[in-house]
Amino acid sequence: MSMKIGTDPFHERVETGINNSFMRGAVAGAQERLRTRRLDAAAELGNWEEWRALGEEIRQHTLEHLDYYLMQLSENVAKRGGHVFFAQTAEEANQYIRDVVIKKNAKKIVKSKSMVTEEIHLNPVLEAAGCEVIETDLGEYILQIDDHDPPSHIVAPALHKNKEQIRDVFRKKLDYDKTEKPEELASHARKMLRNEYLTADIGITGCNFAIAESGSITLVTNEGNADLVTALPKTQITVMGMERIVPTFEEMEVLVSLLTRSAVGQKLTSYITVLTGPRDEGDVDGPEEFHLVIVDNGRSDILGTEFQSVLQCIRCAACVNVCPVYRHIGGHSYGSIYSGPIGAVLSPLLGGYDDYKELPYASTLCAACTEACPVKIPLHELLLKHRQVIVEREGKAPISEKLAMKAFGLGAASSLLYKFGSKVAPSALQPFTADQRITKGIGPLKAWTEIREFPAPNKERFRDWFREHKKGGEQ
Amino acid sequence: MKVTLFITCLVDLFHTNVGKATVELLERLGCEVEFPEAQTCCGQPAYNSGYVKEAKEAMKHMIRTFEHAEYVVAPSGSCATMFKEYPHIFKGDPEWEPKAKALAAKTYELTQFLVEVLKIEDVGAKLKGRATYHTSCHMTRLLGVKDAPFQLLKHVEGLEVMPLPNAHNCCGFGGTFSVKMGPISEQMVDEKIRHIEETEADYLIGADCGCLMNIGGRIERKGKPIQVMHIAEVLNSR
Repeated sequence: MSMKIGTDPFHERVETGINNSFMRGAVAGAQERLRTRRLDAAAELGNWEEWRALGEEIRQHTLEHLDYYLMQLSENVAKRGGHVFFAQTAEEANQYIRDVVIKKNAKKIVKSKSMVTEEIHLNPVLEAAGCEVIETDLGEYILQIDDHDPPSHIVAPALHKNKEQIRDVFRKKLDYDKTEKPEELASHARKMLRNEYLTADIGITGCNFAIAESGSITLVTNEGNADLVTALPKTQITVMGMERIVPTFEEMEVLVSLLTRSAVGQKLTSYITVLTGPRDEGDVDGPEEFHLVIVDNGRSDILGTEFQSVLQCIRCAACVNVCPVYRHIGGHSYGSIYSGPIGAVLSPLLGGYDDYKELPYASTLCAACTEACPVKIPLHELLLKHRQVIVEREGKAPISEKLAMKAFGLGAASSLLYKFGSKVAPSALQPFTADQRITKGIGPLKAWTEIREFPAPNKERFRDWFREHKKGGEQ
Repeated sequence: MKVTLFITCLVDLFHTNVGKATVELLERLGCEVEFPEAQTCCGQPAYNSGYVKEAKEAMKHMIRTFEHAEYVVAPSGSCATMFKEYPHIFKGDPEWEPKAKALAAKTYELTQFLVEVLKIEDVGAKLKGRATYHTSCHMTRLLGVKDAPFQLLKHVEGLEVMPLPNAHNCCGFGGTFSVKMGPISEQMVDEKIRHIEETEADYLIGADCGCLMNIGGRIERKGKPIQVMHIAEVLNSR
């Protein structure tokens, strides 16, 4: 699938992640900063739980009536002179965009940040059509010039790189001779990009929220790059996941407020731009032609299932920023452009279990993600549902595990079996026990004892002690 | 007050001392403690691995076992949380949902029971030294018991409780996660131990035997001079 990054098996990707101490330092630092800022921003707003409940209600309502709002949106875009294309698959979306590019005889395209275009793998298609494609979000720009390094975070795509590494990329690729100071790096990128906006034929953007009542799209950035992408080129193409829609401006305001606080701990980002169709007569900037590409790519298969709530996601990455697993393995380990808890839920749904069957297990179910989510997606419960599907419908669980769980079901449902099992356990494990400890276990215990000591089962179970204790009390 | 003990399989099999401390503590505070011998496991290992059918068999057995109880008390936040999840798991089942609801409503984690039901914060415990407390994920996030352990520990004579840096991060146990995802679990528990060491604590205290087995097993393997104690053992120290 197109959202896939890399071909290494999961456990190798994890090993690479764990051994990348630069990445882990950068991720841990960012997690702590972003977590604190998010909590402060939520406290500053006040009544955070009520805001979350409202966010959830808006998203649930919109998903329940998605067909209605998508129709309203497309009618309103058309009324304002824009073109709407519903793409059922990634291929259809890419094909449509490619056709526009060829029709416009475009040579240069500037893009603002968009996860859905990463998902459908748009850039290689445009490059194959002979276009130069330039990412203008600073993080995406860094990755692009670093030989198309994939994003490792849905909001901060270059999170896995520290400033020294970015300086080295700039020196190698951009004729840069300054230091690793973020201001100097950003200033250089800005200078490089400015000319690209002016000479681009087409601007491509993502979409944080489309507004059904007016046919508008909302773009949230801190760099202002999306404003230049939409203001200067003559043609604008906006690509959105089909669920990224709100009924009216009122709901947009609530969700943007939840988004900026949850993503970066800001009341507002520097730029929140709402655009409606192509430029009107008398406008001094904006595109002459506007296309809205609405991408399904597996989303409608999620609607109406036990996984529907994952479509509530507003791509803030609050779950990623608190995930203790992501913290140690980084985004590339997930093998998908969607990483962290939301990626572990979404990737198997959009990309299939064959490629992503390990992801639902790469979680301790600690629920930090569920607690952080501003629209109350029960992420850890959805991971559990995936495990259930893998066992029951996909039949992908190992046979040894199935047998063990069958035995568990029998043993735990029968006090006699449980009592017998627990009584013989100490003698059964006797050969591996020394000093009340098991240091080298076998079977599933082996993976435990590779890292830690395991306590030997007590010869006197609690229940044996309690019986004696009660007898003593009665005497 | 009559308390029915849900001792949890980990305590029953591996941590008899935690069970003893729980009983002695509750009895000292005036409770009459009973232990239904039919109890087994709450079903979490199977449920969290996706084996819902198998887990439900264990759950039905536990519901039957505790049907008569007035208060069910467990020395584990995670296992108590599992009982609280039963109504959600049996949702729509006309026979078992009401029974699951009844069990969930009378289930308490030990420290929660002491503070919320018995209304006791000072249990008259004494333990000399410096400690830090591991807030386990299910207990704080899903069961919502955040303050009770600290309210109780505050009154333990001679004990200084240090805040644990990055306390909110999971220790890397996660049941089968600890063996299925060993290398990730190892990184998580090592970071947890680094933060514990930063507090210069003599004791690591927790309220969940799963987390304590994970952190404690790693501490032992690394030969660190930190003693791991369940909060029931601390509160039963005199």
